[in-house]
Amino acid sequence: MTLGTKIDAPTTRGPVDSRGYRIFRVVNTVVLLGVVVVTLYPFLNIVARSLSEEAYIIAGKVTVVPRGFDLTAYKLLMSDAMFWTNYRNTVVYTVVATLISIVLTTCYAYVLSKPQLKGRPFLIGIALFTMFFSGGLIPNYVLVTSLGMKNTIWAVVIPNAISVFNLLVMKAFFESLPSELEEAAAVDGLNTYGILLRIVLPLSKAIIATMVLFYAVSFWNSWFTAFLYIDRQDLLPVTVYLRNLIAGATSAESAAADADKVQAAATLQAVTIVLTTLPILAIYPFVQRYFVRGVMLGAVKG
Amino acid sequence: MTSTLRPPPPAPPSSPQQAQSPAPRSPRRRRSWRQALRRDWQLYSLAVLPLLFFLVFRYLPMIGNIIAFRRFKPGGSIFGEYWVGLRYFRMFLSDPTFWEVFTNTLVLGTLTLLFCFPLPIVLALLLNEVRARRFKRFVQSVSYLPHFLSIVIVAAMVMQLTSIEGTANQIVGLFGGDPVAFLQKPEWFRTIYVSSEVWQTVGWGTILYLAALTTIDEDLYEAARIDGAGRLRQTWHVTLPGIRPTMVTLLILNIGSFLAVGFEKILLLYNPLTYPTADVVSTYLFRMGFQSSNFSYAAAIGLFEAVIGLILVLSANVISRRTVGTSLW
Repeated sequence: MTLGTKIDAPTTRGPVDSRGYRIFRVVNTVVLLGVVVVTLYPFLNIVARSLSEEAYIIAGKVTVVPRGFDLTAYKLLMSDAMFWTNYRNTVVYTVVATLISIVLTTCYAYVLSKPQLKGRPFLIGIALFTMFFSGGLIPNYVLVTSLGMKNTIWAVVIPNAISVFNLLVMKAFFESLPSELEEAAAVDGLNTYGILLRIVLPLSKAIIATMVLFYAVSFWNSWFTAFLYIDRQDLLPVTVYLRNLIAGATSAESAAADADKVQAAATLQAVTIVLTTLPILAIYPFVQRYFVRGVMLGAVKG
Repeated sequence: MTSTLRPPPPAPPSSPQQAQSPAPRSPRRRRSWRQALRRDWQLYSLAVLPLLFFLVFRYLPMIGNIIAFRRFKPGGSIFGEYWVGLRYFRMFLSDPTFWEVFTNTLVLGTLTLLFCFPLPIVLALLLNEVRARRFKRFVQSVSYLPHFLSIVIVAAMVMQLTSIEGTANQIVGLFGGDPVAFLQKPEWFRTIYVSSEVWQTVGWGTILYLAALTTIDEDLYEAARIDGAGRLRQTWHVTLPGIRPTMVTLLILNIGSFLAVGFEKILLLYNPLTYPTADVVSTYLFRMGFQSSNFSYAAAIGLFEAVIGLILVLSANVISRRTVGTSLW
């Protein structure tokens, strides 16, 4: 399986269109349309709710079309300073964490991709073993706390810096590069760092972009580490803001500031969901195929 | 997940030292560490930070599990104060709540495996029969989408859909039923959890199968057709065996994470009313550790869970290697 393989090569199983098979194809299309509807419905429902008047929601009348078009909840949320602080935190955490992850993953994957390196099986084993056995929640918590990372960005960005799966994907990519290029560069007097920076990385833009996507989405979506290690509201990412909202535990000053908000609880949740998902939905059509490729590469070759 | 096999590197140009060595020349002659370090120290230096990461954030916590055998005081040493032996293990093995959550874990794990493992295969087979490429691509793109959402978002959507005025109750209303507070009812939790899990993972799960399907040799279908096999028989005798390695690999991985059922999602969706069916080992551990501050006890539960998980992967791997000849390593 190489990078260029199409995942949807047409099936040419011959023109055996029996009557039974024609019926099957109709049923198949209907079933797949059903899958599409079921998958999309929750999204449409949330958007409709976010744009509807609270009264219609409470009456149970909102499905996929907004009823009583109303932007109050959007305005309410937009005026909540804490929401924006948390939103900004998410952006900062995502950028910093992705940067750290990319550097560490690239370095290690490059080392692992050198077949002649002594001790390579050991280095691979160290990473692989953590896929199947981990220290667990409590020892991790004790460790991060005793390193003094609580209530700092580091608790969010460091403990999950390397994903072994991504590491294997990248290693597979580096292994697929022609080794002659690097040998030629070495003959021309470049050292290892030079080869990595000036020969390998420029050839690896595609895989680095994929890795950036993988990491960025996972950090954008993460909530549990922040939930666990961060108590200060102004340091939380927006995912934890949303979790506090749905758990009914938003801080008094931001939620109960005016009575309207209490009434608008359902709409407010819908709006928060929409705004938090928006960046993902906006880039999704453009990045989807890279993810698909990366997953296939990692799984087939890893 | 074996590493790609590559031909052994060409033997390095013979240096004077090597020429002196009496052993017969072989391309795989071992270099000493001293030589390796001198030659590749720059490569090794690149591995230092990542190794440090693994040692500190992955292996130190494994050693940190020692607090499961020691008394731990918050703020004290991360390895605990003094030995208490297997006290905490005996504690949870005789704790009725533990067995309750263990049963819940097994039930939720089994249900998840039962639905989330075969459904992507079915969907991939159905997608594979679609000839209109645009339609196929459209269905795929839509079905991958939920995979990219945060679990918090998924939980929030589940809450909205199952709320008193949500879609689920609109449907109940259509059939003349009274609104149900789904998330307050223990008998509904498993259904809600498994359906949301299917919704989120089924499309994404098809990717690997679709990739595997494209690698099946067309000649096999041709041969099957000549032997008089219809579409169904072709699927049964050619397609399914063709994706068997993928199926086995994913099954082993699923079995390995069997006990680690959607901890984050359950944590977001459950409440004391639904504990009877929703509380699993990891959520119980979470409450023991962070709400009751019983770190050693919680660590003992976590260690138990991790060891069972490891044993499950290893045995699934051995069994599949012996029976179907596919294994992770």
